[in-house]
Order: sequence, then structure tokens, then C-alpha cells
Amino acid sequence: MIRLKINGQEQNWDGDPDLPLLWFLRDEIGLTGTKFGCGQALCGSCTVMMDKEAVRSCITSVSDAAGREVTTIEGLHPTGDHAVQKAWRQVNVPQCGFCQAGQIMQAAALLIENPKPSHDQIREAMSGNICRCGCYQRIENAVHLASTGV
Amino acid sequence: MNIVTRPDDLSGPGRRTRIEKITRRSVLKGLGIAGGLVLAAPVMSRQAFAAYQTGAGKMPHGTVIDPRVFVAIAPNGTVTIVAHRSEMGTGVRTSLPLIVAEEMEADWSRVKVAQAHGDEVKYGNQDTDGSRSTRHYLMPMRQIGASARTMLENAAAKRWGVPVTEVKAVNHEVVHAASGRRLGFGELAAEAAKEPVPGVESLALKNPKDFRYLGKGEVGIVDLRDITVGTAHYGSDTRLPGMKYAVIARPPVTGGKLVSFDASDAMKVSGVEKVMEVQGWPWPSKFQPLGGVAVIARNTGTAIKGRDALKIVWDDGANGKYDSAAYRTELEEAARKPGLIVRKEGDVDAALKGADRVIVGEYYLPHLAHVSMEPPVAVADVRDGKAEIWAPVQSPGGTREDVAKTLGIPEDSVTVNVTLLGGGFGRKSKCDFALEAALLSKAVGAPVKVQWTREDDVRHDFLHTVSVERIEAGLDKNGKVIAWRHRSAAPTIASTFAAHAVHAAPFELGMGLIDMPFEIANIQCENPEAVAHTRIGWFRSVSNIPRAFAVQSMVGEIAHATNRDQKETLLELIGKPRLVKLDSVKDPWNYGEPFDSYPIDTGRLRRVVEVVADKGGWGRSVPKGHGLGIAVHRSFVSYIATIVEVSVGDKGKLTVHQVDTAIDCGTFVNPERIQSQIEGAAIMGLSLAKYGEISFKDGKVQQGNFDDFPVIRIDEAPLVTNVHIVPVDADTPPSGVGEPGVPPFAPALINAIFAATGKRIRALPIGKQLET
Repeated sequence: MIRLKINGQEQNWDGDPDLPLLWFLRDEIGLTGTKFGCGQALCGSCTVMMDKEAVRSCITSVSDAAGREVTTIEGLHPTGDHAVQKAWRQVNVPQCGFCQAGQIMQAAALLIENPKPSHDQIREAMSGNICRCGCYQRIENAVHLASTGV
Repeated sequence: MNIVTRPDDLSGPGRRTRIEKITRRSVLKGLGIAGGLVLAAPVMSRQAFAAYQTGAGKMPHGTVIDPRVFVAIAPNGTVTIVAHRSEMGTGVRTSLPLIVAEEMEADWSRVKVAQAHGDEVKYGNQDTDGSRSTRHYLMPMRQIGASARTMLENAAAKRWGVPVTEVKAVNHEVVHAASGRRLGFGELAAEAAKEPVPGVESLALKNPKDFRYLGKGEVGIVDLRDITVGTAHYGSDTRLPGMKYAVIARPPVTGGKLVSFDASDAMKVSGVEKVMEVQGWPWPSKFQPLGGVAVIARNTGTAIKGRDALKIVWDDGANGKYDSAAYRTELEEAARKPGLIVRKEGDVDAALKGADRVIVGEYYLPHLAHVSMEPPVAVADVRDGKAEIWAPVQSPGGTREDVAKTLGIPEDSVTVNVTLLGGGFGRKSKCDFALEAALLSKAVGAPVKVQWTREDDVRHDFLHTVSVERIEAGLDKNGKVIAWRHRSAAPTIASTFAAHAVHAAPFELGMGLIDMPFEIANIQCENPEAVAHTRIGWFRSVSNIPRAFAVQSMVGEIAHATNRDQKETLLELIGKPRLVKLDSVKDPWNYGEPFDSYPIDTGRLRRVVEVVADKGGWGRSVPKGHGLGIAVHRSFVSYIATIVEVSVGDKGKLTVHQVDTAIDCGTFVNPERIQSQIEGAAIMGLSLAKYGEISFKDGKVQQGNFDDFPVIRIDEAPLVTNVHIVPVDADTPPSGVGEPGVPPFAPALINAIFAATGKRIRALPIGKQLET
């Protein structure tokens, strides 16, 4: 039995310890905000935070998450009003929106590590997250806005 | 938790932006009483009346403009407007209902959007493709809104016993100015529903100067909040009680077949419940499944692990030798010989022979995969002779039809719920993934989700075609172009529908080949044969990508050869403002639109060039090592010009410093979403130019994921993208936005690279060509 803490709630898993955390979140406990985009940590759609660090849940096993604090998009802020989420809405970032949960979690983790990133630092930190619709200019602007106060 | 259960639970309380399945039953339940505009019975009109004609009426099932189908008003005043097109990122789920709200004087903050399921008899055509939604529905949606407003005004006038000319709907209420009386829409809903639907000819549309929402760009998309908090509902987010999770191993070669499989190791994976064959159809079969072996498990990760353990023997079939490098040579050879003539003006052979010099450009563009961020996925629940589907489909009506055919049940027994699409770009116009889910659900007797992995997506896509475009331009001794021959050799999308289709369909010819707008005395367009060896499909802007690349690169080549400015050369080639006639073309396709409403207007084409040159600072001095490039292209009856500033650094490192795009898309609804579409088109254009290549060896796609089929990331994105929307007269018909931003990007970039480095790239992707 693996014990996990996800968005502050205890969860148990007695299946395959190697199951990617992504599928545990989505299929086993119904937290579908975290998305599947590539399965190989190439696109960032599945980004969650583990102890305040951004990780790709598609290559993180459930056993790796044991004993860690996992935060998904659903748990980022109790009312959905994290500075990054607010900035995202102010800048009208999304097009299709599918990659955005991963982008937001990556940006939130960046601001924990570096509360005032430069534009170059934003572009570097966000470069693991693909947006096929091409919202990059707005992502950059929204992260900058979140870091300067929304 | 975000567990969506049975459809009756989907219309949940007060969730403005949740994907809702609107059945008559759920609407009535939501309304609480037998009132509301939705009540009255039959669908009114098949044919849109319009001040300008569009091709909407010729689409399957045409247009429906009955307000009772699209609008419901609850007693508390909440107005529910149906979005019948699919949301894949263009903003259409907001824009079309916004048009209705504008005309009916609804207050947008009191409007809920409900997503239509697939039912074209009820809603009219639902194919969300071809950059058509606003183009075909601006006027019908205004008419729906005006009808609803008129019914509300009539009801109020009756209640007060005053002439209807004395009342007016204003911001969610009807007002009688003379007496100061006012009634909210909710208070009038039940009576308004009993009013007859006014005839289209009697409707008074609002004066555009009174618009509160249209043309302003101040309304955010309805799903914005849900997207940022993780509750927006995509295809993969549907969860049903007892649902099984499946992945499928498909034949690696198009047209291949399953010979045998050994599931013993797969069945040993804990959590795998079943391994079974999936029916496949012989190629070509339109959108029917490829077949293969399905692994069904308690979750997706386990199904993938089970699939990895399968041992399968395939018969590769006739395409087992497909090799894209050899095929390129084949296409080049085809393009060097005369082909089927599809446009002919003057005498090109003689003019080329008599030319002072002839510039020849041969341009190659490989297959492209769509790679929408959400790989194909669908949930199906098939039981008791009925099928219910939840899927991110661009064509819910077509999906319903195909599911019915595939299962052998009547269409009435099929319900297609349209989720948000995590990107589409044409891929999700083909519903093979939904058909797979339907077949598997029927076989196992439980709801099944079929999830495609990224590798499945890349390897079993309906790919963008591969093409060789060869242009010969003959110049007289003054450098004026007097002859133009364009041969376009590319496998056709028709090959996905019919075996042995080797020539472009009219709709492909109409995308930048036969509609080439230059004023040249001798023009000949040819279409040599090309045989398809894989599934070819629509990819955002389709044949316009290779055609615009070739034509606009050739303009750059001519400018260089004649030592003239690119923009001046371009304007000279476009010639004087006029409407281009295509008299020599047998079946001139104009994106399905009548030429009367949507001519090929070189005045508008010139104007976007001039606007982008002005706003984008054409001719400005740029730092050493930088270059500017320009390109213009008309597609989806819109006019778009792009300027790119690029620099090429060490080891060919490409930096796009600035992109400026001017778009004339006629009358527009939401400029903020136009801007986002054009920003995104620059990214997609840069992706395909820099990296886009799907190659084949032994019939198999050689790429599989974002490592070997890369797309642009934020650290390589243009540093600035500016979008300039060209204002038009209020009576200019609306035209496409979703796709037209893509075609001019690559040639503008390539022309800029030439300006920066003197290197002319004629084959995409750029890849390593700038490294040496």
C-alpha cells in the first residue's frame, strides 16, 4: 500500500507501484485537470508540483510520489485565484486550453523559486511546456504580470 | 473531483461554462416551468436569408435560424444560447453565442452557453472546419437574436396593450419609454415563447454602430476560468461508472493488417482485463478505424504497459515499401513533366520560350502531423442498440452518421456529446478514434475510453500531404514577368476516400494554385499525378501551405534576380486593383463561397501588403545579420500579409525578432480572438518551417513524439508578434480567420532568411540547412 498526499488529502494505492502518477490522478482518483500530452516528459501538459517543485507526472511513478506533497491544478488555490491563474485570465492566455494547467503549474513553481524572473528566465523556465496553439507571447506576459502583482 | 456521470447530471446547477448536453428534457428541467423560447416545436427554416450570399446553404444540412432551437430563457432571466460548433481554441463557442446575445439585447453576464450535441437536422451544419463558422453564421446568428428580441418585444407590447413600435428591448429587459414600464427577459419568457417566430424578411437588425459586444474584443472566452482551474472538460476528461480504459496497437503501415498476436505477457500485467482484436477496414476507407489489437485495463497507464507486452505479427501490405526520400524524387520527376492543365491563360510555352530569362524554383514540403496537444481520445457507451459518444470532434454530425453506419444502428440511436477539443487543426474532423471506442464498447458491454498515445497520434495521423511545387517564371528584358507556370504535385485528400485518386480535388486546386492572383499575361497551372501511400487529410490551411510557400518564395527569387525590393516586386506582380477572373478554370473552387460575395479582389490583397508594410516598418534598417521578408496570401476568402524579421547566428541559430501580420477578414466579431489566432499561426508556421517533417521508411512513420517531431517552444518563439486588423466597411461579408494566418508565415520567414544570409531555402523544414 502506497500512501500519498494529494492537494492535502490522503490517498492510497495498492496497485502497480510503477504506475505513472498521471494515470493515478486522472483515472484512479478523477483529478482530470492534469493532462496527458506525450507520456515522455517532452511537453509539460502533465506538470504537477511535488513539494513545491514542478515535475512531469507522466514519468513520475506513484511510488516516487509517496510521502511527498503533490499539488495539482485543482489544488493550486482554494478559489482558483492564485496570482498565476488571475494573470492568465487577465491576459486571455488560452486558446484551446489543454496545455494550460501544466503551464500554470510550471509558472507557479517558477515563481516560488524565483519571484521576479526576467523575460529570458521566464522563457527558459517555461521551455519544457509546449503549446501547439502558440500562446507563448501571452504566457510570457502573464507570468511577468503574475510576478509583478495582478 | 471532476467526475462526470450520466448525461442527466451534466446540466448541473449554475455552472455557466460547463459542457452541457442539452436535451429537451434537461432544458425543461433547467427551466423549471413549461416556459422559455425553446419550447415551441418544429424547426423553422433550412435556408439562411442573408444580405450577402454565402456557401452556408450548400453545406450538409444547411443553416437553421430558429430562435427556439438556439435560445432558451429561464424565468430568472438566465439566457441559454446554444453553441453548435466545436471549440478547439478559436473562440467560436463564445463568438457565435455572443452574436445572438448582441442582437437580442441580452446582457452577456446573464448568458450561459450550452454545447449542442451532434444533430444537424436540428442545428444545421456543424462541421467546424474550413474557417467557416463566423463566415457562415454571423448573419444567421444575428437573425436568431433579432427573432428572439422581436418575440420578447411582441410579448411585452401585448402584456401592456401598447403598439409594439413603442417598446424596445434594451440590455435584458423590454422597456416602454412612454410609461416608464419595464419587464425583464425572464418575466417575458413564457409569453414570448408563444409568439410566432417572425419572418426573416421582417427582422430589423441592429445598426452596427449600436453594437455593445461585436467588433470590440472585450469579452473573454466562456471557458477561460474553467481552463485556468482545471475543470474545463476535454475529450479525455469524460468518466463514466464502470468505464474501461483502452489503448490499441494499430498496423504500422497504412493498409496493413493484423496476422496474429500473442497476448499472454500482456495479460500478466496486473490490471489488464482483456486483449482483443479491433475491426479494421481496408484502406482507403474514409475515417474508418485501422484495426489492430486493443488492450483494456482498469486505467490508461496499465493499458499502455499491457500493450508494450504484446507480440504482434502484421502484414504490411502494398505500402510496405513507402519511402519518403524516394517519393520526393518521384514527385520532383512528376513536376518536371507536363501535367493535367487546370488553368490556362495565354500561351505559357511560347512565352517561356521567348522570355529573356526564366527563373525556376522547385519547392518541397514534407508530410506534417497535426499533434494537437490533446491526442485523439473518445469515450463510448454502446448498449441496448443505442450508442452515446463523448469526444472532441470537429464534426459531431458526421461522427454521429459514421458511428451509426459502423454499428449498423439508426442515427436516431446515436448521441454525440461534444467536449472541448484540446486542439484540432483538422485532425479531429476525422472521427476514427470515436468509431474505435464505439466498437470496443459494443464488444465488452461497458463504457470504454480509447486513448491514443502521442506515438499513436504521430504514426497514425491523417497527415498533411507531401508536395513538390515547381514554378517557372519567364521575364522580359525589363524584368517584367510575362509567363508563369506552376506545377503542383502532391497526393490528394481524395485518396483517403477513394482508391486510385491521383489528382487534386477542386477544393485543393482552389487553395493557392488556380486562384493565383498575379496579373501576368501567360499563366498555366498543372497538376501531375501523385499516388498516396498513407492517409492524407486536412491540416490547418491545407494546400495553401505549399502553394503560398512556393508562390511567395518565387516572388522573393524574382525580386533578387531583378535587384528590386520584395514588396515592390510583390505589388507589381499583383497588379492593379481588380477582380481576378478564372474563366479558363473548369470548376473554380472559392472555399465554397459565391464569387459575387467573395471575389478575388487584388485591391484588398494590395491593401494588406501596404498595411503590413506601413505598420510593420518595411524597409526599416535592421542590425547586421538580420533580414526582413514579406509574403501575402489569400485563403479562406481572407487576405493576409506577414513580415518577419529574422537573424541567423552561430551554427544557424534562428531568432525571429518580430512578426507583423495584417489581416482583412471582412466584418469581424471578436478582434481579440483574431489576434490570438494570428499569434498562434505564426508559431505553427515557424514550427512547420523549422522542424516539420514526417518521413517514412518501409512504410512506417519514423517519428513518434515531440523529440523527433519537434514543434516550437517558448524559448524559440518570435520575440514580438503584432497583429493588424484591417478595418472594412460594415457590409463587407465576414471571412476566415482560423487558418489563413499560417500560409504566409513560412515564405515570409524564408525570404527574411535570404535577406539576412543570401541563402535561399527551397525545401522545408529548414532543419540543419543553415548550419553550414
